[in-house]
Amino acid sequence: MSDTAAQPRSDADESDDGATEEPTDPDDGPAAGAVSTGAESVVAALEAAGAKTAFGVQGGAIMPVYDALYDSSIRHVTMAHEQGAAHAADAYGVVAGEPGLCMATSGPGATNLVTGIADADMDSDAMVALTGQVPTEFVGNDAFQETDTVGVTRPITKHNYFAGGADTVGDTVGEAFELSRAGRPGPTLVDLPKDVTQDETDRTPGPATPPAGTDPDPNADADAVEEAARAIEAAERPVCLFGGGVIKADASDEARTFARSYGIPVTTTMPGIGSFPEDDDLCLSWAGMHGTGYANLAITHTDCLIAVGTRFDDRLTGGIDTFAPEAEVIHVDIDPAEISKNVHADYPLIGDAGRVLDQLTAAVREAPDAAAWRDRCEEWKETYPLTYATPDDEPLKPQFVVEAFDEATDDDTIVTTGVGQHQMWASQFWTYTEPRTWVSSHGLGTMGYGVPAAVGARVAADTMGEEDRDVVCFDGDGSFLMTMQELSVAVREELDVTIAVLNNEYIGMVRQWQDAFYEGRHMASDYTWMPEFDKLAEAFGALGLRVDDYDEVAPAVEEALDYEGPAVIDFHVDPEENVLPMVPSGGANGKFAAAEDQL
Amino acid sequence: MSGDSPSAGAPEADSRPLPDEQPGPDERDHPEGRRNLEGIRIDPVVEAEHESRRAVISALVEDEPGVLARVSGLVSRRQFNIESLTVGPTTVDGHSRITMVVEETDPGIDQIEKQMAKLKPVISVGEVAGDAVTSELVLLKVEADDPAAVHAVSEMYDGRTVDAGPDTITVELTGDKASIDSAISAFDRFGIVEIARTGPTALARGDTPTAPGEKPGTAGEPTTHDD
Ligand SMILES: Cc1ncc(C[n+]2csc(CCOP(=O)(O)OP(=O)(O)O)c2C)c(N)n1
Repeated sequence: MSDTAAQPRSDADESDDGATEEPTDPDDGPAAGAVSTGAESVVAALEAAGAKTAFGVQGGAIMPVYDALYDSSIRHVTMAHEQGAAHAADAYGVVAGEPGLCMATSGPGATNLVTGIADADMDSDAMVALTGQVPTEFVGNDAFQETDTVGVTRPITKHNYFAGGADTVGDTVGEAFELSRAGRPGPTLVDLPKDVTQDETDRTPGPATPPAGTDPDPNADADAVEEAARAIEAAERPVCLFGGGVIKADASDEARTFARSYGIPVTTTMPGIGSFPEDDDLCLSWAGMHGTGYANLAITHTDCLIAVGTRFDDRLTGGIDTFAPEAEVIHVDIDPAEISKNVHADYPLIGDAGRVLDQLTAAVREAPDAAAWRDRCEEWKETYPLTYATPDDEPLKPQFVVEAFDEATDDDTIVTTGVGQHQMWASQFWTYTEPRTWVSSHGLGTMGYGVPAAVGARVAADTMGEEDRDVVCFDGDGSFLMTMQELSVAVREELDVTIAVLNNEYIGMVRQWQDAFYEGRHMASDYTWMPEFDKLAEAFGALGLRVDDYDEVAPAVEEALDYEGPAVIDFHVDPEENVLPMVPSGGANGKFAAAEDQL
Repeated sequence: MSGDSPSAGAPEADSRPLPDEQPGPDERDHPEGRRNLEGIRIDPVVEAEHESRRAVISALVEDEPGVLARVSGLVSRRQFNIESLTVGPTTVDGHSRITMVVEETDPGIDQIEKQMAKLKPVISVGEVAGDAVTSELVLLKVEADDPAAVHAVSEMYDGRTVDAGPDTITVELTGDKASIDSAISAFDRFGIVEIARTGPTALARGDTPTAPGEKPGTAGEPTTHDD
């Protein structure tokens, strides 16, 4: 396996007719050198691309590829369900900074991947999906386990491919890998008809490059940078808004340097959590529907919003008409289609987040005069802190559990979540300081993401030699029930993960909305029929604990973290607890409700 | 949050204000500014509103399977108002031209171009200048009660009779949208039985490339953008 292939590619002038070239240096090519089938060519391409781990489930149409994996250095983690494979691959990619790889057979295998692919697509996560397909001659005939996978996944992939033949399939897979990480990352898929992977070929795939036009110039236009720099210098109330793109571009250092050099307060989006340390004085934490009041106030009152790597999702902006209404917007993004898609950019800077932040840092000559503005942000921080009530007689508060884990673990701990209230508490009450430690489903909001993501994150950390890092999954009872079968994988693979189920016997986020907007009519949100998760964990072979009270929290957290292997703690928390603050859907960010009665 | 003495039961009271002690939504000051629904800051004097207009977008694409599905799927998924879509080969083997007519605001047209440009098989895409040559084709089947009159009208519009039977006559016409519309109303009096009409296809005038950066190409040569 080539080391250089795993590096972020920069030289676009590599030969792209490499299909015909045999690697000259044995180290450049797959270990075995020669291939004899399409499937071996697929695996050779994966190895050349630097893939170390695949997550998947076997099946008829994909069997030739699995057979070729038998002799490969790539570790395969068999998952319980293909959705789990896709989420695990996604999370692996987020933690490792490399495209995650998932595999499934045709038909139901491929359709089970769909949620995970859509999730990766919404969050711009680099990921490669390989799906088996019925033999080419049966395609279109409604053959056994046939689905038009390319058709089904067309709108949720960056690009997808139908492999045409054994001679070219390796190059296609190599290209899919490179495309998934080029420019704005995203999932790609290669559909592999069984004959294509079974057929003989001696064509070793050549060095892969992303397709023409998909790997844009990382530097923004110099004149545009100058103009933006003048706008920043002139600002009185500047705010940085760092999105997930900062993390994907590995630009956290540049982001920190830029904001600190000029004393500009920083908010992040939810996917941008970890791009800027939340314990820094300049940090206002994350903005949006359940973001902090001070982040939302800063965005509402800023006159210069320096937005980097964000797509201005509606959960962030609230009503567009009231979003940063007085701000000149400087928008840095690698994807030109994001510019002025949702919020008009006065200063569009198209390029790689890290490079453009460096350009900006160099171009701003004088820090904006923002001392008064920083004081105002500080006042907001004091007036609207994240907090919750903890009188003695109340049931255990979920926020307390999150804080207990944060205190008991190191800064490099990886947190994964399902979707719902617990996800919000896990992002609000944990102090994130490092990129790639917050792994969650943002754009798609997929319940059930947490457990398979913990599996993927753990495998990634172990692969990188970071066995000492903790992986903690905060899950809801509803979310856990959707994908908890992946706990069996964690047990089999002896993965050291801790799953904290914040069990409120509701699908709590729905219950909260019902209370706020549907007169408390709890239609289908009452989950009092949940099994006992600690016993279920034991049945899977994991450590199972149950916690009902404050004084049991710390010992249980300690026991679970100390346990070498998967542990599940079923925390029975206050079922009525709500996530605050909250900007009602489509509302103005500055008008967040800080308390229940303000909703 | 202190949280350091769990053995004492609930954590100690916290000095931070509880949510219900914090100023509510209406007690805060709010800025005067606003944006419109396209995210553009509204100039207090002139409200920044955008009118829809008709635009012809031309895309040069790799002629690979599914390219039309990709383009049309993208346009429909993003709720753009598409009026017509035509596709056909170019002078270069393996390249096709897609011509799309849309009715959109300027930011909408911009988004369509940028989103299309992201598709892997799209080589180049852009709006065709307003003075472009556009033409569409229509096949008209009319009742054959008065063949001589049908023939006369058809000549007036440079049409061609492509099928004539005892009951119906089919005429082929090409031209811009306005001339085709007026031809159709002229044929109306014979009793139109069926119509098949393509959307417009277009080329920029003179030396201006139709899709941005497009160079004149012949089979096998790249037309643009491969550097
Ligand atoms: C797959 C899926 N189905 C439905 C939803 C809608 N939804 C959003 S949050 C939520 C509640 C989640 O409940 P739970 O996992 O128990 O977490 P809690 O909110 O109670 O913390 C639901 C049903 C979703 N996001 N994903």
